[in-house]
Parts: sequence; C-alpha cells; structure tokens
Amino acid sequence: MSDSTDEVRAYTVRLELVDEPGELLRALHPIADNGGNLLSIFHERGNLTPRGHIPVEVDLEATPERFDEIVDALRDAGINVIQAGTQHYSESLTIIVSGHIVDTDLSNTLSRIQQSTDATVTDLSLSAPEGTEDVSSARLRLAAEEGKTESTLSTVRSIADEKDLRLIEPLTAGDAA
Amino acid sequence: MRLAVLGAGAVGTAVAELAADYGHTVTALADSSSAVVDADGIDVDAALESKRTDGFVGADSPDAALDGEYDVLVEATPTTLGDAQPGFGHVRTALERDRHVVLANKGPVAERYADVRELERESEGEVLFEATVGGAMPVLSTVADFDSNHITAVRGVLNGTANFILTRMAAEGLDYEHVLAEAQDLGVAEADPTFDVDGTDAALKFVILANVLRGNGREYTLDDAAVEGIEDIPGSALDLATEDGRTVRLIGEVTADGEVRVGPRLVPANGTLAVTGTNNIVQFETEHAGRLNVSGRGAGGPETATAVLADVGRLDE
Repeated sequence: MSDSTDEVRAYTVRLELVDEPGELLRALHPIADNGGNLLSIFHERGNLTPRGHIPVEVDLEATPERFDEIVDALRDAGINVIQAGTQHYSESLTIIVSGHIVDTDLSNTLSRIQQSTDATVTDLSLSAPEGTEDVSSARLRLAAEEGKTESTLSTVRSIADEKDLRLIEPLTAGDAA
Repeated sequence: MRLAVLGAGAVGTAVAELAADYGHTVTALADSSSAVVDADGIDVDAALESKRTDGFVGADSPDAALDGEYDVLVEATPTTLGDAQPGFGHVRTALERDRHVVLANKGPVAERYADVRELERESEGEVLFEATVGGAMPVLSTVADFDSNHITAVRGVLNGTANFILTRMAAEGLDYEHVLAEAQDLGVAEADPTFDVDGTDAALKFVILANVLRGNGREYTLDDAAVEGIEDIPGSALDLATEDGRTVRLIGEVTADGEVRVGPRLVPANGTLAVTGTNNIVQFETEHAGRLNVSGRGAGGPETATAVLADVGRLDE
C-alpha cells in the first residue's frame, strides 16, 4: 500500500443524530463541503442508540487528509461522531471453503462471516461440479480492515470448523501477502 | 572417515554406494535384521547384492554395526514418532562412545531434540542432520551460516508427494484419488502415503527447523505443530484457485511468533512458492539480507545421501 496522502479511500462514519427535522441534511454538509464523495447513507430510522438518538451510517470516499477535515468539521457542527475511519477496508483476502457448503446454508455462512468479523464479503464464486448436494467449493474475497487479517481468518476458521467445512487459507506472509 | 550406516533403504544404500566417491570408508552397513561389519571397509556392492538376492546385507547382527569401528554413525533407519526409537537409542549409543552422528532419520531431532542436544553436550561427538530437512537442499546449513538469531521466519514446501498431487490436480482438473493413484504408479507416492498427504512429514521438517531456529529457548515436537493435510481437497477448490490466478500448496511455516503450522494455502499461481511437481522450496526471512529462497530436490536416495555426506564432510576427523 502506498503512503501517498492523495490516494482516495473508502471510509465509514457512524453518527448519532437528534431526531429533529433537517438534522440529516445538516450532517451531510460538512462531508460535501470538505470534498468527500458520498457513497451511501444508512439511516436507521426506528432504531435508537442508548442515548435515544438515531444512528446513521455514512459511507464516503475521500483522501485521508480530507477525511480528517471532514471528521473535524462534523464535530465542529456539533454532530456526534461515534466511529470514524477505523473501517477503511484495505486488505483483500481470498479464501476457499469446500465441503457441503450448500447443504450447510451458504448464505448463513456468508452472513456470519459478515457479522462476526470486521470484514465484508466482496466476491463469491461457486463450483459444484457434482451438483449442490455433493461436495462443492466456494471462493470468497473478503475486504478486511487494515491489520485485522489475522483476527478475521481466525473467526472464519471457527465458523468453518463448526460447519465441518474445509477452509483453504491464503498464505498471508511472504510473497503471497 | 569411517562410516557405520544404519538403515539400508533408499538413503542408507545411496550413502554406502557414494561414500567412497567422497573419500570415506564404510565399515558397517545394517538393515533391520542383519549387518555386515569390517573395520577395514566392507564390500558395499556385495552387501547390496546380498540384500537384493537373499534379503539380508550380511551375517552379522545389527548391534554389531552399532558397536563396531567407526568415526561417524549414519542413522538412516525409518523415522518413528513419539520416543523416536530405535533411532534415538542408536544416537545415544554412538554419542556415549564419543562418536559423531549424522541423521537422515527425522524422529530423534523432531521428537526428542532436547534429549539429543543433552547427549551431545556430554559427548566428544557431534550431531548433524542436514538430510532430515529438504533432502539435497542446504537448509540447515543455510540457517547455520546466517545464524538462527538473524532469521525471523521460514516457510515453504517440504513434501514432494503432496506437491506433485496438488500440481497434477490443478493442471488436469482431476480429483485427489485419481492423482494419488497416478503418483503411486509413477513411484512418486509410496504404497502408504499417509504421512506425506496428511502433512506429518512436512510438519516434522518444520518442527526440526523450529528447534534449530529457536532451540535455545524452547523444544518443539510434532504435538506443537498445527497440521492439516490435503486428503479432502476437492478438484473444485483447485479450479476456483486457478480461475483467480492462484493455486494451492501444502505450505509449512515457522512464524515470527514461533508457531509451527502446516496446511494447504492459497498462493499466487506463478509465485516463488508455487514450485511444481516433486520440487521443494524453503523461503527464509532474514533480518539483514531480505528474503532468501532455497529450492531443489527434497527427497530421493542419492539426493538425500549427498546431504548426509556433506554433513560428514563438516565433521572434525
């Protein structure tokens, strides 16, 4: 990975908004004004944080420098930023699982990986030459947070173990990294 | 040097045959039930002919070889796990007689490394075991040259049978059982390939490496290694790897944290570690010299015998 500061990365920001008209718009201004490119907004209306506020998750693209300015601007505007920047997914990880992956509920396997690790599944290929009721394989590409490769793998390992699936891990050290 | 060779399998036989070429004299050769012993040098060809035709190498008992005249005991009996007997007992006897020991048998240094080193400390003799890791490849001598304190991690492929099977599975799109049968027909896999395909053989070699690298602090045995084999990898897994520019290799590691792991791993299809066929490779991470790769033939009688004879050459007269 390059250390260059003009490289645009994807970030996720979690905000807490007061349930008042115009609050969401007010929270998005500091992002747009500081050169952030909005990717998605997940407004969990109906869900309240322990403090009685509404959680909002914003995905955006920005350079690391601009991202820092965005977070500062949000805070200056009195918006509660719960989590910022820790989730720039930067390490791509390819794994293969084999076994009765369809019978053991592939979509459950995927959502458990999503839920219990700091990674997202970005790509999936399935190969079931003997039909889906026999042994088949799936190749998954995971986007893990920087520095979280090992913990992600260890969680995936235990999910595979529990479902009696064969996991082929990437060699994360050496020239395979 | 006068050599007593215990074990008349592929490696022991090749050591006996090649010894003269390296300026050494074989004073004893033993298999599991018989031996030929002569302090002036045995007739190697006659002993091997006798083994082929009559099933024994000579009229003496194996103990006579162990107790005979020699400077170096070459221990090339089959590797055993747990107490590593009878190989370990042979090492003990030779060291107690202040003789040198050169091992091709992995058992004593994989399962009882501390005991072997303890016996060596009390002996005038020295123990070397280059042949136990990577056949002809200079793996342990590279560690010695670089100094184990300046090597931070080691990884690689140290089982030719498993590597051959994975290479063929990926190239031909065949399943494990088909390729294993083919490997057995070609003589690449043994009739009982269990230790090769379940990762045990590779694990023993990485355990030995771990002992040499971190030998001062901690003793490793096979139980300390996390080992997975290749037996239940379906062809579809190899296909998916190939499709993505990757392949699967049985990779062993001694990590920077001192963990020993062996298992199938995804590696770039054209990367350094994706050696093909029965080839082996070891990759060292060194503190001051970056990455270093050693590759070559990791098994075979004459190949492994050259490593044994290289060790003999390193010993003091």
